[in-house]
Amino acid sequence: MTPAPGARAEAPPRPVTFPRLGGAALGRGLVTAYLSVIVLIPIAALVAKSTEGGLAEFWDSLTSPLAISALKLTLIASVIVTLINVVAGTAIAWVLVRDSFPGKRIVNSVIDLPFALPTVVAGITLLALYGTDSPVGINVAFTRAGVVMALLFVTLPFVVRAVQPVLLELDREMEEAAASLGAGPLTTFRRVILPNLTPAILAGAALAFARAIGEFGSLVLLSGNLPKTQVASLFIFAQIESGNTTGAAAVSVTLLVIALVVLLLIGRLTHWSLRHAR
Amino acid sequence: MGISVEGVRKQFGDFVALNDVSIEVPDGALTALLGPSGSGKSTLLRVIAGLEQPDGGRVVISDRDATRDPVQDRGVGFVFQHYAAFKHMTVRDNIAFGLSIRKRPKKEIEQRVQDLVRLVHLDGFTDRYPSQLSGGQRQRMALARALAVEPKVLLLDEPFGALDANVRKELRVWLRRLHDEVHVTTIFVTHDQEEAMDVAEQIVVMNDGQIEQSGAPRDLYDHPQTEFVMGFVGPVNRRGAMFIRPHDLEILTAPALEAEEAMIERIVHLGFEARVELLLADGEQLWAQMTLAEAELKELADGQIVYARPRRAKVFEPNGESRTEELAAA
Amino acid sequence: MLASPTVSRLGLRFFALGYLSLLLLIPVGMIVYRALEHGAGAALDQVTTPEALHAFYLTILIAAIAVTANTIFGIGCALLLVRSEFRGKALLNAAIDLPFAISPVVIGLSLYLLYGREGWFGGWLLDNGFQILFSLPGMVLATIFVSLPFVVREVVPVLHEIGDEQEQAAQTLGANWWQTFWRVTLPAIRWGVAYGVVLATARALGEFGAVAIVSGRVVGETETAPLWVWREFGQFNLTGAYAASLVLAMLAIGTLLAMNAFKRKEA
Repeated sequence: MTPAPGARAEAPPRPVTFPRLGGAALGRGLVTAYLSVIVLIPIAALVAKSTEGGLAEFWDSLTSPLAISALKLTLIASVIVTLINVVAGTAIAWVLVRDSFPGKRIVNSVIDLPFALPTVVAGITLLALYGTDSPVGINVAFTRAGVVMALLFVTLPFVVRAVQPVLLELDREMEEAAASLGAGPLTTFRRVILPNLTPAILAGAALAFARAIGEFGSLVLLSGNLPKTQVASLFIFAQIESGNTTGAAAVSVTLLVIALVVLLLIGRLTHWSLRHAR
Repeated sequence: MGISVEGVRKQFGDFVALNDVSIEVPDGALTALLGPSGSGKSTLLRVIAGLEQPDGGRVVISDRDATRDPVQDRGVGFVFQHYAAFKHMTVRDNIAFGLSIRKRPKKEIEQRVQDLVRLVHLDGFTDRYPSQLSGGQRQRMALARALAVEPKVLLLDEPFGALDANVRKELRVWLRRLHDEVHVTTIFVTHDQEEAMDVAEQIVVMNDGQIEQSGAPRDLYDHPQTEFVMGFVGPVNRRGAMFIRPHDLEILTAPALEAEEAMIERIVHLGFEARVELLLADGEQLWAQMTLAEAELKELADGQIVYARPRRAKVFEPNGESRTEELAAA
Repeated sequence: MLASPTVSRLGLRFFALGYLSLLLLIPVGMIVYRALEHGAGAALDQVTTPEALHAFYLTILIAAIAVTANTIFGIGCALLLVRSEFRGKALLNAAIDLPFAISPVVIGLSLYLLYGREGWFGGWLLDNGFQILFSLPGMVLATIFVSLPFVVREVVPVLHEIGDEQEQAAQTLGANWWQTFWRVTLPAIRWGVAYGVVLATARALGEFGAVAIVSGRVVGETETAPLWVWREFGQFNLTGAYAASLVLAMLAIGTLLAMNAFKRKEA
């Protein structure tokens, strides 16, 4: 059916939240300006500085022995920490959602503490119990174990908080159906519950990993100034202090790219595994 | 594979869901648990399945006391109102689930899945995911999944509640045919009396955690033992202590013995039926049901003064007994 | 899960609570103990020196400015994302999430590069009397950067959920855009905003790495509370460091409680 001459198709209703005249465009402009000043231009300056001396110098900065050891330590520690978080975080989320015991509400609130606490305080907190003056004789100061422990502390909330809401929303009837078909609790967990938790676990793991590779404050006291416990962020800081900003920028850009790649990858994975939700 | 429920009690906090409930379900029968929300029918079904533990009483499934058995060991197939489909698995994997965890050989599983897919008319859908199916298709898949492990008992919890009216009607017919073919003892829960009357061989009417009456649909309709059953199982008029079915309310155009004067407020035409809404002198309202032909024959019209007389009525005594009063035709 | 065996349930509970205790609860308990080891008076003395007080003041001031800026930005940006169509939404989303992917020292470095003497803006700004680095503006910029995403991310889903029908209704009743926003939209999203503000505040108060670089850590001038703690610890004033840590931990717990209160209201 062709529209009558002179008739116009009705446009969808204009969102009214902005002033009529080009309001949305103004909004977009302001938002872009804010983001540029705060985030984008600084990052651009960083990338520019890192490639200032050409790609050759970039590569040199990246492959200095100290830089390599820092990056290696960072990545390995972060992967270990992420894996531990996947297991511990899922277990904690499970206990918080499915179990009940006195003080559960308090425990639930406490999970976010690493998020609210300044990172340097996190470092001191761990050192108080597991440092040189440890009342229980465990001293992880200046050790790689200490680095892992600090990273576990600051990344604790991510997997837990990602999994909790999904677990809460999980259709219990699916589990009942599996049970009625003869599946024991473990089989039900493995074949029915876990597959539905995977996207959330991945999302939480990605955030935990991105956080871990960039962590600084909690490690600044714990790792001393030893090369063997110097993660990438500490290396960058040291380079800045000694004036080698190009080297610092090179490693910084590398860290940034790694984090972005991981976030992107996991984002795709999550999207793919959600394809038959609902 | 009959089921026997003996003196089952179940409480949730202060709320008594089941109060000393006992029923018998014969082997191979198709039984409905019918009642309003909160009557305990779903709870009873779940107790039979083992999804809830009763506070007291016994559940006996094929001569075995299954009260303490976990749900996995009872051999029951359960179908949920909202399908409970494994949304991360294909239709095939959903149906095959029970067999696959019993470690049946692949070929056997594949064959059984194919048979069931044909049985529930989901041919060609095996590689789809539940999110790609309509509600009715998902429920048929859920049924196939439950039947795959050859349960002794099939339990359905308001299976058509989440579906459109016409899909519901289709699946009702289909469930009856399925039962004719497969012959497994089946219990389904519903609040829809039409559905229960249509599908079930035996209906158990529940209210407030107790059994009101149980029997064949015809029996419940013609010989209700309580007010509640009579009102729940079909439409009813109440006049004083008398309960009158609309089709038992006769309308006369001239005064007669036992007939009360009434004004026709409205005549509603529902297909071939006429529903005549009456206003009595004391302000009470009744309605009578008759065929259109009858209404036309009597030349009934809105606003007309007529005389209403029950052909049959039931009276329920406080002591639990009931009697039927039949008035001789003029 | 149905009738899960008690053993596995207890085992899991023991594992989860044990992990949390060893990693989180007991260490925090140690801080309380260590801070008050020499008496509450000594602890109080440590955190009320002029430098310490100035550090706390600075921390709170910077957080207040940063969170306010990000709240206004956050609400505006959320409205843009949810209520209007334009190309490049994906890029906008990515840019907003960037702070989650960047290490604080990297943020510090990028600001340092931008506003330093040889930086793109630094030269001009310094010549015209604007001191960004080693001064409050730089610290505020760094803190805005790290706490940027929170309000947006909390408001967007709320906006999605409430839909724009209420706003359309207001329009039919004659409200202009500001009235609609102020009287219809804002009240509807207020718990999302509140929760986002609390998250941003927590992040801003706790910021350490980026500020460590851009502030120059000038004692008594550009030293925030976390930086103060770092210095005091390094100078072996353990009581002071623990005491200030305790104060910061209490602030953190305060934000936690606010988070929980608003999380429930948001739901």
